[in-house]
Amino acid sequence: MNIPADLRYTEHDEWVRVDGKEVVTGITDFAQDQLSDIVYVELPDVGDHFGQGEAYGVVESVKAASDVYMPVAGEVIEANTELEDAPEVVNQDPYGKGWFIRIQPDDPLQIGGLLDSDAYQAHIEAQR
Amino acid sequence: MSYIPHTDADREAMLRAIGVESIEALFDDVPEAVRFPELALPEPLTEMETAEELDEIASYNLPAGEAAVFLGAGAYHHYIPSVVDHILRRGEFLTAYTPYQPEVSQGTLQAIFEYQSMICELTGMEAANASHYDGATALAEAVIMALNVGRGRRERLVLSPAVHPQYREVVRTYTQGMGLEIIEPGPSGDGTQSLVAAIDKDTALVAVQTPNFFGQLEELAGLADAVHAAGALLCVVTNPISLGLFTPPGELGADIVVGEGQPLGIPLSYGGPYLGFFATRKKHVRKTAGRIVGQTVDTQGRRAYVLTLSAREQHIRRAKATSNICTNQGLMALAATVYLSLMGKRGLREVAELCYHRAHYAAGQIDELEGYSVFQDRPFFNEFVVQCPQPVSRVNQYLMDYWGIIGGYDLERDYSQRANQMLVAVTEMNSREEIDILVTALAEVQND
Amino acid sequence: MTEPLIYELGAPGRRAIRLPEPDVPRADLPEAMLRKDLNLPEVSELEVVRHFTRLSTLNHSIDRGFYPLGSCTMKYNPRVAEDLARLPGFARAHPLQDEESAQGVLFVMHMLQEWLREIGGFAGVSLQPAAGAHGEFAGILMMRAYHLDQGDTKRTKILIPDSAHGTNPASTTMSGLDTVEIPSDGRGNLDLQALRAACDDTVVGLMITNPNTLGLFEEHIQEVVELIHGCGGLVYGDGANMNALLGVVRPGELGFDVLHYNLHKTFGTPHGGGGPGSGPVGVAARLVPFLPGPIAVALMPEDEPDRSKAEDNGEEGDLEMPIYRLAMPAKSIGRMKAFHGHSGIFVRAYTYIRMYGSQGMRKIAEHSVLNANYLQSRVGRTFPIPHDNRTCMHEFVAEGTVEGSQVRALDISKRLMDFGFHPPTNYFPLIVHEALMIEPTETESKATLDAFAEALATIAREALEDPELVQTAPHSTPVTRLDEVKAVRELVLRYTAP
Repeated sequence: MNIPADLRYTEHDEWVRVDGKEVVTGITDFAQDQLSDIVYVELPDVGDHFGQGEAYGVVESVKAASDVYMPVAGEVIEANTELEDAPEVVNQDPYGKGWFIRIQPDDPLQIGGLLDSDAYQAHIEAQR
Repeated sequence: MSYIPHTDADREAMLRAIGVESIEALFDDVPEAVRFPELALPEPLTEMETAEELDEIASYNLPAGEAAVFLGAGAYHHYIPSVVDHILRRGEFLTAYTPYQPEVSQGTLQAIFEYQSMICELTGMEAANASHYDGATALAEAVIMALNVGRGRRERLVLSPAVHPQYREVVRTYTQGMGLEIIEPGPSGDGTQSLVAAIDKDTALVAVQTPNFFGQLEELAGLADAVHAAGALLCVVTNPISLGLFTPPGELGADIVVGEGQPLGIPLSYGGPYLGFFATRKKHVRKTAGRIVGQTVDTQGRRAYVLTLSAREQHIRRAKATSNICTNQGLMALAATVYLSLMGKRGLREVAELCYHRAHYAAGQIDELEGYSVFQDRPFFNEFVVQCPQPVSRVNQYLMDYWGIIGGYDLERDYSQRANQMLVAVTEMNSREEIDILVTALAEVQND
Repeated sequence: MTEPLIYELGAPGRRAIRLPEPDVPRADLPEAMLRKDLNLPEVSELEVVRHFTRLSTLNHSIDRGFYPLGSCTMKYNPRVAEDLARLPGFARAHPLQDEESAQGVLFVMHMLQEWLREIGGFAGVSLQPAAGAHGEFAGILMMRAYHLDQGDTKRTKILIPDSAHGTNPASTTMSGLDTVEIPSDGRGNLDLQALRAACDDTVVGLMITNPNTLGLFEEHIQEVVELIHGCGGLVYGDGANMNALLGVVRPGELGFDVLHYNLHKTFGTPHGGGGPGSGPVGVAARLVPFLPGPIAVALMPEDEPDRSKAEDNGEEGDLEMPIYRLAMPAKSIGRMKAFHGHSGIFVRAYTYIRMYGSQGMRKIAEHSVLNANYLQSRVGRTFPIPHDNRTCMHEFVAEGTVEGSQVRALDISKRLMDFGFHPPTNYFPLIVHEALMIEPTETESKATLDAFAEALATIAREALEDPELVQTAPHSTPVTRLDEVKAVRELVLRYTAP
């Protein structure tokens, strides 16, 4: 299971990469593996605003659907529209080309409250 | 009469295997005070006796065929080719469940795929679902879909008052907990201008019917542009037989096309079971309710069909599903598929033309009667409004009592300003002779 | 074996049905509004008959073999009911014709309402809803409307057990209410402690399936009902599993306020490959005014002054006979659909109840429960039965796992097809690992149940000896397993001409 050490994580299996004043988020390798073949990703519009922990989109496999949640409160400044036609990229490259949205956080301090890779690893193992 | 096959010996052997003394002992979890009530139901009958009883009960109805019928208003007496019911009665279709297991359900799945294809073709749309309960609930689901496409931020619905009154009631029933603003602008029958005026940036959906409840074709050109300019969706309710003749709503800018599929080979049956068809643009298909069948291949590469896009549905999404719908109208969709296959490219147009010509003949004849006039200001299909010299209920009573004719629909029931207005429907089942008798009878009611 | 699409058959210009030439003058057609093209099939009648006959042979069906799909009640559908629903008096009655000329079908509706009322122990019934989920939706709307009518506006929550069918929370959302999920305990009952904690003055009501989707009768049903009523909520019963209760217990006497019936499950009307269903709702007295309408009412001459006057004057009519009319309940939530419900299905259900009668109802339930317990005792030798192996009602859930094998419930289901059986319901309820939910129904013989149990035992052996055989099943069906990922990713939803 790939859990890069330079990212932050949520208990809902989202990852977060800090990029200057912005953050990029997607779902973890563990999440894509649990869902198996991803067939659809629904993303919000640019300009939408959500609170921390609020559902901003949906990721679907053939037999399951999961909401995806905002790791931090903020405004959506970019959405990965390539996932519309190629959702399988989330399976292939969850931390790279399979990113979901870019966020302008309301409060950058919220990032510090997220899990680090060790804590996320422990979180996954506790679930098993 | 009973269809339970057990012999005494079976029962004994089974109870022994379970390890209980009696069948009653299996019900110990049921509170004793209310266990095994006496039911006040009639004594059982044999099949033969039941058939005799229902034969008699059925004789208290006056069905189309025994009476000439000029009543439509959303349900129509059309010819049903013999083959349709022969296929419907095949036990393999009749007694199968929803096709969850595609390996042993290809018959149902492929038939639904063909149904979806034909509905798309008829309506001029890109995608259709496997059907809804009826035309009214299909419209209600269109409303919910539009709210989802609008991501819950648009809360106004503009509903033409010329949409079937019962469909509008169903929309209100469905949305009573959703906090919507439903606007039904303008007097009924002023075309689409007052609809355009009611559209605002909060509008999720505009719904219009053509031919409308009064039988007239609405002018859709221009309406779609106004709806889309406001970022809303346009839903068109239509009659599938009329689509044998007229430009499909999909070519006129509709985002959703729904309607009652009953005219496509389904008997009147006092209002159901019918068939709600639902078609939309491919980009909205994930917001659509209901079952959808898609094409794929099996492990050997053979073309096959399967229920798809299931992640929208209640059994997976539960509280976040696009709808609670579970069944479709499988057998009724099959009826429509067989009907459209039999009618084919030219037959459906011929049915539509026959309805059109006979309706126009009837309208012309009635319009010439003293005391009557027919609203012919806009093109109509197979229904038209007659201004009568007397209340419609009285005219209909006379037609029934003296001529054995089931007359048209009394519009005053739903539109208080339409006193003495009768909505008359004519289909291919109403011969010229029958129409002439109606005209004679209407002339005499005036003299009665 | 596969069959071409109907579009791929036939030839340009070929026809099946022909219509008569117009016997009236041709009216002008509005040229600008006419469609240019209509690509429907061009086939002969024989091609149509063969195509759909061949398609039909690709289906499993009750008529062809055992169909133990849990919670779907796939019992024999009496053929006589098909004939009677097609009598012209029923099949050709127009829904808007005068009530006086539709007394037969209105009588059927009225009697069916009365019988369902009696069977369920309720004060009123509406036949409006078109299916089970539609009945649920009507039920929740009624509960909501009832509280609002009482001036109680703060109730927004529906409590739903975690074993419930997905339609329950979906119907709740459609009604503008919120779902609160209640866990089950180790014996498959509702967790009373959790339920107690959730009961407050924001609860609209509880939706409960009893027997639940594990096939178990709720052991604390009276406490459950008291808890809900105690906080001012109402109890909704999902009647999907009513087959176990016919003549055994009336849900109304357990304190249920609403229940939907599935005529297509319990009362033997055919499922038709996914519909039409019919989902009447029964309600306790306090909800009668809120029923969806119209409903059929029986009026005596004294109820209708005009009529008794006419009859006093020697006009036609019988003073002793009621007349049947359609009426909208006083505070109705409204129409659930156009017209009056699935009337054609009402004739079939009437036929079914008429043939079984009062004692027959109880026999249906008894034998459905006998069959389920017998099959559970046999299947239990092969697969684990969760929740303490309790006596089940009309269905039971087994865990589709074999120790020492990777074979899953889905594989077992697919392999059953090779033995000529339809699989049980898979992966539902969600609270049982690798669930196989099995409902035999009362119309199956012991011999069929034995053959099914033996097939499962054989498959369990195969799972250890030749797992690949099971994991790649089915092998004898018209098609093998399908690529469902391709179906969603590529989305081909209609035929397009090449």
